Amino acid sequence: MSPEWQAVWLTLKLAGITTLLLMIIGTPIAWWLARTRHWLRQPVFAVVALPLVLPPTVLGFYLLMMLGPDGFIGQLTERLGIGTLPFTFEGLVLASIIYSLPFTVQPLQNAFASLNERMLEAAATLRASPWDSFFTIAVPLARPGFLTAAVLTFAHTIGEFGVVLMIGGNIPGETRVLSVAIYDHVEALEYSQAHWLAGGMLLFAFLVLVGLHTINGRLAGGVVK
Amino acid sequence: MTQSNGILARFRCGFESFQLDVDLQLPGQGITALFGHSGGGKTTLLRCMAGLQKAEGYLSVNGDCWQDDHHRLPVHQRPLAYVFQETSLFPHLSVQRNLTYGYQRIPADQRQIDFGQAVDWLGLSNLLNRMPEKLSGGERQRVAIARALLTSPRLLLMDEPLSALDRKSKQDILPYLETLHQTLDIPMVYVSHAAPEVARLADHVVMMDNGRVIAEGPLQETLARTDQPFALEEDAGVIVNAVIGERDTRWHLCRADFEGGSLWVREEPQLESGRPVRLQVLARDISIALAPNHEQSIQNLLPARVEQVATDQSPGTTLVRLQSGDTPFLARLTSRAAHQLQLVPDMDVWLQIKTVAIVD
Repeated sequence: MSPEWQAVWLTLKLAGITTLLLMIIGTPIAWWLARTRHWLRQPVFAVVALPLVLPPTVLGFYLLMMLGPDGFIGQLTERLGIGTLPFTFEGLVLASIIYSLPFTVQPLQNAFASLNERMLEAAATLRASPWDSFFTIAVPLARPGFLTAAVLTFAHTIGEFGVVLMIGGNIPGETRVLSVAIYDHVEALEYSQAHWLAGGMLLFAFLVLVGLHTINGRLAGGVVK
Repeated sequence: MTQSNGILARFRCGFESFQLDVDLQLPGQGITALFGHSGGGKTTLLRCMAGLQKAEGYLSVNGDCWQDDHHRLPVHQRPLAYVFQETSLFPHLSVQRNLTYGYQRIPADQRQIDFGQAVDWLGLSNLLNRMPEKLSGGERQRVAIARALLTSPRLLLMDEPLSALDRKSKQDILPYLETLHQTLDIPMVYVSHAAPEVARLADHVVMMDNGRVIAEGPLQETLARTDQPFALEEDAGVIVNAVIGERDTRWHLCRADFEGGSLWVREEPQLESGRPVRLQVLARDISIALAPNHEQSIQNLLPARVEQVATDQSPGTTLVRLQSGDTPFLARLTSRAAHQLQLVPDMDVWLQIKTVAIVD
C-alpha cells in the first residue's frame, strides 16, 4: 500500500472505531445529561464540552502527560502489561474519544431533551420497563440525533490534527493519519500530493454535510411532524 | 384497611404551591369520575395512582396492593392502563403497532381482551395501517383507548380523554366509552371538568378542589348536594334514572318514568318503550310554584317537598334541594323569589321543569 493510501485507511479506521465506541459511551452520558436534575449536571456538561474550546495541543499535552510513563493512566497501563499508550494506534483512539466526545454527546443530548416525556410515560403504562422503552421508543424517536452524532463524530475525528501530533506523532501505519500526512507533504514542499489529499478531504467534508442534511430532513419528515 | 374489594387510595404529595392530600375508598367496578376545576388535583391524583407521580401513600385495587409504606410498584409493573389528555400515540409506529405495543408485553394467558375485539369496539379496522399523524384527533384518542384496553388492565385511568377534542369528535367517542362501560368489568377512574360528560358516564363522583376531596358518593346523590354546588356552577343539576314509558305520537313526546313521577321528553327514534335512560335536569331550568299552574307553557309539573334551602355561590341566587317521590332535584332561584315564596324545609311545592336533557 502506498503511504498515501495507508494514511487514508488508517484515518478511516481511527474514525470508525472512535465513532463506534463513542456511540456506546456517549449515549448514556447524553441520556443522563438530558434528564437529570443532579447538581453534577453542569460540571459534567462543562467537562464534556471542554474539547470544543480547548486548543487541541493543550488537550494533547495533558493526554501525553497522563498516558505517559509518569502519568497515572500510563502507570496503570504499564502495570496491566499493556505498556504506555502514546505513539500507538490505541493511544490515538483514546485521545480521539476524548477529543470528539462533545460531537457525540451534544446532538444526542439535544435529541433526548426534545423527546416528549409523555411518550415514555405512555410506554411505561403499556408495561415497558425503562430499558425496553429506551430502545423501542427513545432511540427510534431520537434517530436524527443519532445520525447527526455519528456523522459529526466521524468527520471530526478525521479532521483531527493537533492532538494526533502531540500524542501520536507520525509513525506510518500506526499514527500517521491524513491530516499529518498533508502537513508532512507541505513541510517537504510536495504541494501536488498535498493538493490531492487536502482536496479529497474538502470534498469529503462537503459531501458528508450535504448527505447529513438530506437524510435528517427526510427522517424528520417521516418521523416527527 | 384490609378490605379486598374496591380501590383504596391514600396519597399525600406536595409541590411548591400545591398539596395533594386524599384518602379515598372507591367502588371496584363502574366509572368513577374525578371532577372539579382545573388545578384541583384530579390529574395529580390519577398520576399518583398510575405511579407516574411519586407520592407517599397507599393504593390497593380489588385486593392487590400496588403501593404501601414499604413498597411501591413501578409504573410498568402495575396492571393498569392510562389514557392521556393529549395524544400519546408513538409517532414512529403504525396504528397496528401502537395497538400491539402493550398487548405483546403482557403474558398470553393474561390477555382477556382480544385484538380483533378491541379494534371492533373502537371502530379502528380501517385505520390499522395508518401512521398516527394521518389520524384526526378523535381517531387518535380511539386508538389510545384501544391500546390501553389491549393490556387487559385491572384498572383503567383516563385523564380528560375528550377535552382536547372538538364537539363532533366528542359526540363520536362518547358512545364507544359507554359501550366499554357496559361490556367490560374493568373499574375506570375518569378525570373530567365537563359536567355533561360526568353526568353521562359516571356511576360514582369524587369532587376535588385544591388537592382535597370536597364531596364523594354515588352520582345521583352527590350531584344533588347543595353544599358543594360551586364545583358545578352553571351546570349544577341532578341526574334522574328513568325508563321510557308511553309515547305520545301526536305531539312527538315520550314519557320517562322514574321512581315517584314522570317527565315528558321530546321523542327521539332510539327511545323505544322500556329503554332505561339517564335524564339531566339542571338547577337553572327549574322554577318553583306554590300551586300547580296549568295556564302556562311548561309541560313538566311535579309535586315536590322542599328539603333544604341553601346559599349559592353568589348572594343573588339560592339553591333549593327538593324531593319528588324518591328522586332529589335541585332548583336555582333568585334569592328574592325564595324569600317571597317563604320556602322552608318540608313545604309542599310544585316544580316547573323547563328542559330535560337525555344524556344516555
